[in-house]
Amino acid sequence: MAGPVSSAPAIELRGISKRFGTVQANRDICVTVPRGTIHGIIGENGAGKSTLMSILYGFYRADEGEILIGGRETHIPDSQAAIRAGIGMVFQHFKLVQNFTVLENIVLGAEDGPRLSTSLSKARRILIDLSRDYGLEVDPDALIEDLSVGHQQRVEILKALYRQAEILILDEPTGVLTPPEADHLFRILRGLRDQGKTVILITHKLREIMAITDNVSVMRRGEMVGTVATANTTPADLAERMVGRKVLLRVDKAPATPGETILEIRDLRMTEDGIERLKGINLTLRRGEIMGLAGVAGNGQSELLAILGGIARGTGSIRMKGRELDLTGREDGQDRRAQGIAHVPEDRQHLGVIMDFAAWENVAFGYHHDAAYRRGVFSDNAALRADTNAKMERFDVRPPNPDLAIKHFSGGNQQKIIVAREMERVPDLLLIGQPTRGVDIGAIEFIHKQIVALRDRGAAVLLVSVELDEVMSLSDRVAVMFDGHIMGTRDAATTNERELGLMMAGVTETA
Amino acid sequence: MRPIPRWADLVLVPLVSLLLAAVCATLVILAIGQNPMEALETMVAGALGSAYGWGYTLYYATSFIFTGLAVTMAFHAGLFNIGGEGQAQLGGLGIALMLLFVPFPHWSIALLAATVAAAVFGAIWGAIPGWLQAKRGSHVVITTIMFNYIAYALIVWILVDVLRPAGQAEPATARFAVGIPALSDVPGLSSIFTQAVPVNISLFMALIACVAVWALLWRTPLGYEIRAFGKSEPAARYAGIRPVRTVMIAMALSGALAGMMSINNVMGDSGRLLQNSSEGAGFIGIAVALMGRNHPFGVVLSALLFGFLYQGGAEIGLWTSIPIDLRVVVQGLVILFTGALDHMVRQMLSVLFSRRKVA
Repeated sequence: MAGPVSSAPAIELRGISKRFGTVQANRDICVTVPRGTIHGIIGENGAGKSTLMSILYGFYRADEGEILIGGRETHIPDSQAAIRAGIGMVFQHFKLVQNFTVLENIVLGAEDGPRLSTSLSKARRILIDLSRDYGLEVDPDALIEDLSVGHQQRVEILKALYRQAEILILDEPTGVLTPPEADHLFRILRGLRDQGKTVILITHKLREIMAITDNVSVMRRGEMVGTVATANTTPADLAERMVGRKVLLRVDKAPATPGETILEIRDLRMTEDGIERLKGINLTLRRGEIMGLAGVAGNGQSELLAILGGIARGTGSIRMKGRELDLTGREDGQDRRAQGIAHVPEDRQHLGVIMDFAAWENVAFGYHHDAAYRRGVFSDNAALRADTNAKMERFDVRPPNPDLAIKHFSGGNQQKIIVAREMERVPDLLLIGQPTRGVDIGAIEFIHKQIVALRDRGAAVLLVSVELDEVMSLSDRVAVMFDGHIMGTRDAATTNERELGLMMAGVTETA
Repeated sequence: MRPIPRWADLVLVPLVSLLLAAVCATLVILAIGQNPMEALETMVAGALGSAYGWGYTLYYATSFIFTGLAVTMAFHAGLFNIGGEGQAQLGGLGIALMLLFVPFPHWSIALLAATVAAAVFGAIWGAIPGWLQAKRGSHVVITTIMFNYIAYALIVWILVDVLRPAGQAEPATARFAVGIPALSDVPGLSSIFTQAVPVNISLFMALIACVAVWALLWRTPLGYEIRAFGKSEPAARYAGIRPVRTVMIAMALSGALAGMMSINNVMGDSGRLLQNSSEGAGFIGIAVALMGRNHPFGVVLSALLFGFLYQGGAEIGLWTSIPIDLRVVVQGLVILFTGALDHMVRQMLSVLFSRRKVA
């Protein structure tokens, strides 16, 4: 499977170490990436993958060790130097100007001379060549804001290629993509490899590593555990190396024992910007069961969660514990929480937390009027800090520092803080969207366990996920949404991927 | 960009900005053929060299603390309140109505009532633009500027046609029956302020307001909601923080703080309501808040600095052949460097710090 290996490896890292205060982020990392291969770097959040790539891209300077690019020792003091050394980086969160065209974004920062038009016409020619060579079709004149996430990612790749990158680093590239978009990305990456480029893929998704890489390096707690040829390993082996113990890749749960009906949704409709997003949803949830909502993103799942969470308005009827919920916007998220509905939002960083706030301030988010966090008219910040410390210990949040701003935590640890906040109150109904998006394997296992434990304590769980695997393994019943409708509900134990897949595509209309 | 140490962020950045402003001011003074050292000596002596100078410096600083706090309060809700000027003048109107039409047995009760009136009038003048943004989507930056003009016109009309005593040519109200003690009248402080000075006990109110704003923003659920809303409106909605309510409360509090400034100049100093009573303090509050990094305690420090510039600048106009307009130039430079070019200074320091670490 490995591509042609020329004399010198594309990248060789020798003894890279980096320390932040008391944290050893990277310890004596040695890795060799042969030219013309796709090299996976896998590890849990906080394992040091991002630090290592930041050193390679000039964001950080290593305390020790040396970097060899194409066999020559190279100093990379900043990202400009990295680009000169032929390294291109595609970040998880794109760095594109939304109201510029594709072409303008590609030229931005790499203009030749003061006249923009010459740069643009040159870029247009190169862009056409690149698109043809690598299957990176994208309209050069489209505005970024009009492009899908998958296309925006292609623009990021094109940006790197336009700057003559020979080595392309992608940080969690599929976190934001739908399965077909991810497949397309993989085709592009294989094309790049076959043209002699070197690709480094940072991910924590074992399936991607198995599907596309030639070699894989596993990191754990700042150290390089080892590098193996992908063909000689298995997902279970990699997971064990990553976490340092055996990991259950599927959810271990007893059969559900559903109790009384707790949530009844009747003919729920919602129109936004003139488009009908929900077209008469009927759904019933009972205590002690996990209802999975499967579906391709954008078929109304987000809107359903938003209405239930008190963020958006709708028409129709929702009865929670026999009481009619207000859908006109008179009741807000705090009213919903008071009625026993907890909500882990799909878009964690945008909705679920205030990124600039410290962890302890985010633990109160949505519950800041709670009597436990009050002392008279004032907030009891000491009590809140203590509660945060306890939650961090119970949920194994790393680093366990309540005063650190939430933006400095990894995605998995951010999610643990939100899950701790929403679940520890033992709600009657938990709304949970994309519970493990951008979350590492160890934390996925942990969060899944928490969801099942909540169910077993008698709560109803409404789970929305675009990962069909997750919906199928975690849910007791699965409802499939398509185009604002519920296409049907299936027993998770007896259905299969094919049946659900067809329903997700809107093919079989059965109730 | 690499982060710089916290002490450098809080102390060094403003100091370097000030130094750059001073260098530019020196060049300007040299360019008009004057002696910069003479200007500096006059400023320092005039603003800090005597109890009289201190009295004026602190008097101006009192107004700037209130207007700086007003900008700070709105800033934390993600709102840019440029209407401090109009809100302060409306606060002055509230004070005038209260003191002209209600007889008070003692100045302390009058102060209490006048403060409430100033806060309420200022709050209303701030809350209307807040409502217009929250409900109608009109940006507060635009509406608060327009409300400054409306306030100005309203006050002129009231002073000329409604509250002007018969036979008085000047557009102003009658003198109030009560005032508040200047610091030179306060027992214990009279030994410091040996001559009559305009700084009055509203200075203490400003300092109390500063602590109150800090406690509100960082120690109460309401302040938590305001700050969360200011950081992210979608997230605030998720948490059940109501946008309309939060915007209106923040703008009302901001307007109330700006309105209370008029206790200092209308009730404390002039003893009657004059045209343009706030004299630009509402705008200087923006610079004060910027330089104070939108923290109440930072606002006090930068208000003192601007009080010094204001008083010292007036002295330059009085005692040297340098025109008083230089005061505006110096203020402009301070605003330019501490506010607009703050990022530039930060970047320079960041480069210096990272170099030093590598070396």
